[in-house]
Amino acid sequence: MSDTLVKRPPNLIGSRLGRHARSLGGILASIAFTFLGLLCITFVIGRVIPIDPALAIVGDRAPAHVYDRAREELGLNLPIWQQFFIYVGQVLRGDFGTSILTGRPVMEDIARVFPATLELATLGIIIGVVFGVPMGVLAAVKRDRWADQLVRVIGLVGYSVPIFWLGLVGLLIFYARLGWVGGSGRLDFFHEGIAPTITGVILIDSAIAGEWDVFRNALHHILLPAALLGYFSLAYISRMTRSLMLEQLNQEYIITARVKGVSERRVIWVHALRNILVPLITVIALSYASLLEGSVLTEIVFAWPGLGRYLTNALLAADMAAVLGATFVVGLVFVGVNLLSDLLYRLVDPRAK
Amino acid sequence: MLKTVLATTALATALLVSPSLQAVTPADALVQASRFDDIISLDPAEMYEISAFEIVTNAYDKLVAYDTEDTSRVVPQLAESWEVSEDGTTFTFKLREGVTFHSGNPFTAEDVVYSFSRLAALDKGPAFLIQDLGVTPDNYQDVLRAVDEHTFEMTLDQGYAPSFVLNVLSGGNFSIVDSALAQEHEVDGDWGSEWLKTNSAGSGPFQLDQMVPNDRIVMSRFDSYWQGAPELARLMWRHVEEPASQRLLLEQGDIDVARNLLADQLEPLRQGGEMQLVEARLGTQLYMGLNVSHEPLDDVRVRQALKYLVDYEGMVETFMRDAWIVNQTFLPEGMLGHLDSQPFSFDPEKAKELLAEAGYEDGFSLSVNVASAQERLDTAQAVQATFAQAGIELEILPSDARTALTTYRAREHDIYLGTWGIDYFDPATNAVFVANSDNSPEAASTPLTWRNAWQDEELTARVQELALESDEDARAAGYQALIEDWQEVSPFIMLFQQVAIAAVRPEVKDFRLAPTNDGNRYHRVSKE
Repeated sequence: MSDTLVKRPPNLIGSRLGRHARSLGGILASIAFTFLGLLCITFVIGRVIPIDPALAIVGDRAPAHVYDRAREELGLNLPIWQQFFIYVGQVLRGDFGTSILTGRPVMEDIARVFPATLELATLGIIIGVVFGVPMGVLAAVKRDRWADQLVRVIGLVGYSVPIFWLGLVGLLIFYARLGWVGGSGRLDFFHEGIAPTITGVILIDSAIAGEWDVFRNALHHILLPAALLGYFSLAYISRMTRSLMLEQLNQEYIITARVKGVSERRVIWVHALRNILVPLITVIALSYASLLEGSVLTEIVFAWPGLGRYLTNALLAADMAAVLGATFVVGLVFVGVNLLSDLLYRLVDPRAK
Repeated sequence: MLKTVLATTALATALLVSPSLQAVTPADALVQASRFDDIISLDPAEMYEISAFEIVTNAYDKLVAYDTEDTSRVVPQLAESWEVSEDGTTFTFKLREGVTFHSGNPFTAEDVVYSFSRLAALDKGPAFLIQDLGVTPDNYQDVLRAVDEHTFEMTLDQGYAPSFVLNVLSGGNFSIVDSALAQEHEVDGDWGSEWLKTNSAGSGPFQLDQMVPNDRIVMSRFDSYWQGAPELARLMWRHVEEPASQRLLLEQGDIDVARNLLADQLEPLRQGGEMQLVEARLGTQLYMGLNVSHEPLDDVRVRQALKYLVDYEGMVETFMRDAWIVNQTFLPEGMLGHLDSQPFSFDPEKAKELLAEAGYEDGFSLSVNVASAQERLDTAQAVQATFAQAGIELEILPSDARTALTTYRAREHDIYLGTWGIDYFDPATNAVFVANSDNSPEAASTPLTWRNAWQDEELTARVQELALESDEDARAAGYQALIEDWQEVSPFIMLFQQVAIAAVRPEVKDFRLAPTNDGNRYHRVSKE
C-alpha cells in the first residue's frame, strides 16, 4: 500500500508525459506526412505541365549546347523519381534551391514577399472579424428585418463583385478623387528604405525605428487593400456567424435563460455567442489562412509584392524551386493556423481540455 | 448593435484616414512605373530580358552605341575611333582616355578584353552574339588583345561587314565591365557573375543602388561621368503591373512616367492634353509562323492565300491602335535595309482563287498556338473571323507564353502567333526569318525558319552573303531586294511592328524613348 502510494505520483507524471509525447509525436508525424504529400503532388504537377524551365533561364535565342547545359544544371535530364529524391534531400538540409526568375535563393525571396502578405492578411482579417462578427450577430438577432437584409446584401456584394474591379474603383475614389489613401505599392518612393528591415512588416519596422512618417505612409498604403480583403472575409464571416447564431437562438437553453429574466444583451453576447465560438474560430482561421496564401488579384492592382504574385509568376515560368518553396510555406501556414485554432478551442471550450 | 458598428467604423475612419497632400516626386528624381518582372540578371554577359537592358545601359558604357536619332548609324562611346583591316577580320579600337568607373578605377583596354572574354567564356544565353563573330570559349584568349593601355584589337574568323560588327558591338551585352571590381567579387571562377546579377560595375551615368525583384530598382547619379554629370540625382522604377493603376499613379503625381498604358488609358490623357506622350517604333514584330511540315501549309499558294485573309488595316485601326503599325517585312522600320513594302491586304476573293488553284476550295481546318495576352488573343480572334470567310476553320489554342513557345520550338504547331524582337540594330539579327542551313530535327541552330520547317537554299545563301557585304549601300539594297522575294514564299505572315508610348508628366524635360531599351539612357533628362 505504502509502496503504491510512493510510486504513484511519478507514474502519473510519466504516463501524462508519455501521453503528451505520443500526441506530440502523432502531430509531428502527421505534419511530416502532410508535407511529404504536398511536396510530392506539387513536384509531379511541376513536371507534367508543358513548360520548359530551361527556356526561362537561357532565353529563346540561346544555342542548343547552352540550353542543354541549363537542363543538366537543373537536373532535368534525370528520371523524375530521382529528381524528386534529390529535391527532398535538399529540403531536409534546409536548401530550397534557387529561383529561376529572380536568380536568388527561394527562402530569401520568400522572406521578402511573405511579410508583405502577412501584414496585409493580418490587417484584413482583423477588419473582417471586427466588423463581420457583430454584423452576423445583428443579422441573426434581427432575422428577416431590414438590418438582416442589409447585412445579407453587403455580404452578397462582397461575395460576388470581382475584387479586381472593386480594387480599381476603390483606388479611383479614395486615392485619385479624395486623396485619403496612398496609391499602389507599400510605400511612396521617398519613404522607401528609410526604416531598416527587421521583420519585413513595414508597420512594425517603422514603429521600431521610430520613423512615424514612414509608419503613417505605410498605413495610408495598406488601408485600402486591407479594407478590401477585410470586406471579402467579412462577407464570409458575417454569413457564417449569422447561421451559427440562428441555430443557437432556437435552442432551449436560450429560452430558459430568457424565461429566467437574463437580459437580452447577456443572452446574445454571453450565452449564445460563447457556444458558437468553436466553429467560429474555425471559420476565421480558414479565412485567415486563405488570406495568407496571398491574393493575386489584389496584389496586382495594388502593386503589392506579396506571396500570391510570387507564386503565380513562378508557376507560369515553371520556376519549380520557387513554386515548391512557396507551396511549402503555404502548407506551413495552414498547419500553423490550424494548430493555433486547436489551442484556442481549448481556451474557449472546457470540454476540449 | 448597429450603433456600435457605425461608431467603430467612424472611429476607425477618423483615426486612420487623414487627407494626405497631393503627392509629388522629388525634383531631382525620375520615377517610372513599368513592368520588369522579366529580369533574371543584370550581368551584361547573362541578361537577355527586355527590361534588363534599360538598367544596364544606364549603368554601363559600350565601345559604340547606335545613334538613337538615326538608328542605321553607330556613334562612338568608349571607343574614340576604329580601323578595320583590309580583309575585314581585324578591328582596332582607339579608346577614350581619362574615363573612370564608378569605383574610381581607370578604364583601360584590359577592361574591354575582360568584358568580351567573360561574355564568350561564361557561355550563357547571350554568348551566341560574340560567338557569331567567331569568338568562342576556346579561342577568346587569342583573338581579344590589349595592344596598349588605350588600344583594343579583336580578330574575327571571317571578314564580316563592318556595319554588322559595329551594330553587334552596340548591344548591351557588350557593355564594358570594371574588371578590377568584378574580379574582387569573383567566386569559384564565375567572373563575378553572381554578384553582377544585382550590382553594377560600370562607367555609365548612373550606378545601381537597389534591385528588388518585381518591386523596385533605384539608381543614383555618377558625378564623374565622362560626358558630364547627369541632371537627375536618382532614377527609380517601380513594378506596377496593372495599366489602370499606372495611370492613376501618374495623374496623382506619384510617378513621373507610365510605361505600359493601353489605348484605353492613353485616349483620355491625350484629350486632357496635360501629359506628354512620347513614342518610339520598336524592333518588335508580331507575326504568324506557318509550319510547312503540316499540310496544307506546305503549299506556297495556301500560304499566300492566308496572307490575303488577314485584315491588317482593320486591326490597327481598332483594338491594336496606338501600340502597333502594319509592317509586312522582316525588318522593323528604322533599320538598315528596311523597305516599305506591304503587298498584302485583306482580299478574300483573291485568297479563294489561290486556294482553288491549290485544290482547297472547300477549305480546311488549322489551329493556332498563342500566348494568352489580350492583344494576341484579340488578333487571333480577328484572324479566325477573316480566315472563316474562305472556309478555313481556325481553332485558337491559348496558353501561357512559355508553353506556347515550347510547342513552337518542338515544331508541333500548325500556326504560332507571337512576337520577335531584334537582338541588335542590324538586319542580320532578323536573318532568322530567312536563313535555315539545317532543317533536320537534330539541327544545332533553331531559327524561326527551322521552327516552321521551312528551308529556301537560295534565300539562305543570299542573306548569309549580305552579312559579309562591306559596302553599306550595297548591303541595304541587297536586303531590300531580298524582302520582296521573301514576302512571296515565306511561311511568315508578318503583321505589325510595335510602338512604345510613355506617358510623361509635364514637368519632365527631354524624356525620349529609343527603339530598344538599349537606347533609353536618362542622363539628359531633367525636371522643371
